[in-house]
Amino acid sequence: MPKANVTFEKLGVTVTVPAGTRLIEISEKVGASITYGCREGECGTCIMRIISGMENMSERSVLEDKVLQENMAGRSDRLACQAQVLGGDITVKA
Amino acid sequence: MTPAPDAVEIAPSTHWIGALDPALRDFDIILKTANGTTYNAYCVRGDAGVAIIDTVKESHAAEFFTRLEQVTRYDEISTIVLNHLEPDHSGALPELMRRAPQAKLYISAKAQLMLKALVRNSELNFNIVKTGDTVDLGGRTLRFFSTPFLHWPDTQCTLVEEQNILFSGDVFGCHFCDARLFNDRVGDFRFSFEYYYQHIMRPFREHVLEALELLEPLTLKIIAPAHGPILREAPRSYLQRYRQLATPLLHNEIGADTKSLLVFYISSYGNTARMAQAVADGAETIAGVRVSLYDLQAAGDLPFVDLIEEADGLAFGSPTINGDAVKPVWDLLSSLAVIKVRDKLGAAFGSYGWSGEAINMIEDRLRGLKLRVPIKGVRAKLIPTEEELERCYDLGKQLAQHLTGNIERKTISMSELLAQEQSHA
Repeated sequence: MPKANVTFEKLGVTVTVPAGTRLIEISEKVGASITYGCREGECGTCIMRIISGMENMSERSVLEDKVLQENMAGRSDRLACQAQVLGGDITVKA
Repeated sequence: MTPAPDAVEIAPSTHWIGALDPALRDFDIILKTANGTTYNAYCVRGDAGVAIIDTVKESHAAEFFTRLEQVTRYDEISTIVLNHLEPDHSGALPELMRRAPQAKLYISAKAQLMLKALVRNSELNFNIVKTGDTVDLGGRTLRFFSTPFLHWPDTQCTLVEEQNILFSGDVFGCHFCDARLFNDRVGDFRFSFEYYYQHIMRPFREHVLEALELLEPLTLKIIAPAHGPILREAPRSYLQRYRQLATPLLHNEIGADTKSLLVFYISSYGNTARMAQAVADGAETIAGVRVSLYDLQAAGDLPFVDLIEEADGLAFGSPTINGDAVKPVWDLLSSLAVIKVRDKLGAAFGSYGWSGEAINMIEDRLRGLKLRVPIKGVRAKLIPTEEELERCYDLGKQLAQHLTGNIERKTISMSELLAQEQSHA
């Protein structure tokens, strides 16, 4: 199974995960301070900054795109409850 | 007692048209009011148009419209500004827009979603404004200042440039109802001003400081907030007080680079206390961290909230009694909504008799409060062994290393993370 390496910059931890894992699943296990509200892509509480490796993430869905825009998120931001890692290296600010 | 006034002129052609709610004793569940509150709204008349600044709670709409009608006709209203969309300020908006359909509504960008959720009218037209945008009323210019998170994402302030009047929304407001309206005429409301700041603005003090950077350079003759007295006597002193309240003080003592780690514990037989001491001792070995150790048995939670506000890391030690952490710990952990704790470092530890759930429960709470909890806590069955105390010592050391940024970067697989979690459960 393809793997991805997700680095939590503030924590100094890199987690090797199967492709397809959502960021929320990793961050809650590793103790990052990303927090979660609805977990369904509606509230925008889990917006997280991708420092590098956005190309290794799933595309924004219409819902995620809408919520990010409504929250005036930048191009480097994703919803942790929606964004999946596809492979390669990804670094997040958490 | 002063009777409820008609519309009150606060400056030439600018009126207070709000509502008084003297019977209110609890505001939004979280606040007590000793003598009610006011919902302040204002009317600004220019040569080319009339602006209404904020409305009132829906239950008080009639009072608002009565005062409004004393100073303007509905067809004269060209502009409606909502500085903040909470229902106590937007409650009369739908009816006002129905009565003055020609008026243009001005709100901040962050307010638009709230507006849709509050008004439930998809046909509603509005204009988004940001810092520096203006609306010309003819001889009266409204200038907007974006002051987000004071105390909602949408909040903004509006200045009447020619009169130096700042309509500040909830900022500089308080729950104090006195029909004499002005700060130099009402009763002593200082405690209400402080109380309001402590409960409403304090969690957002970084945003308070950002807003003050915008507002302090202004020449201000009157600050007209959305609750409580209108501040026409020494208005600048209220900005100064906000700056005092929002400015962190700890680093005056320990230097900007030193981190503060607070270790709280409570202990029945001294076991969790010994663990707390070991956590503190471990943390002490790392330069650049000031470690403080506190017994939660000894004091109420109020002073600790102040300490936590400025700390970088928090560790909580609790025994497990009947499958739970003990009440003083929960009391403290349920008192933190008035400060910002997001992104601080958190950890838990404690002794237990037969199950030891308290540690995971505290860690979950810390995560819920948006702290980082990267290091699994230490549990010890009854009297901690030397090995368990050593693990507490390591926990303290690792916490301090995290605080100083001297962490050993590591790689771990998801399956190892899951296994760690299961072994800890």
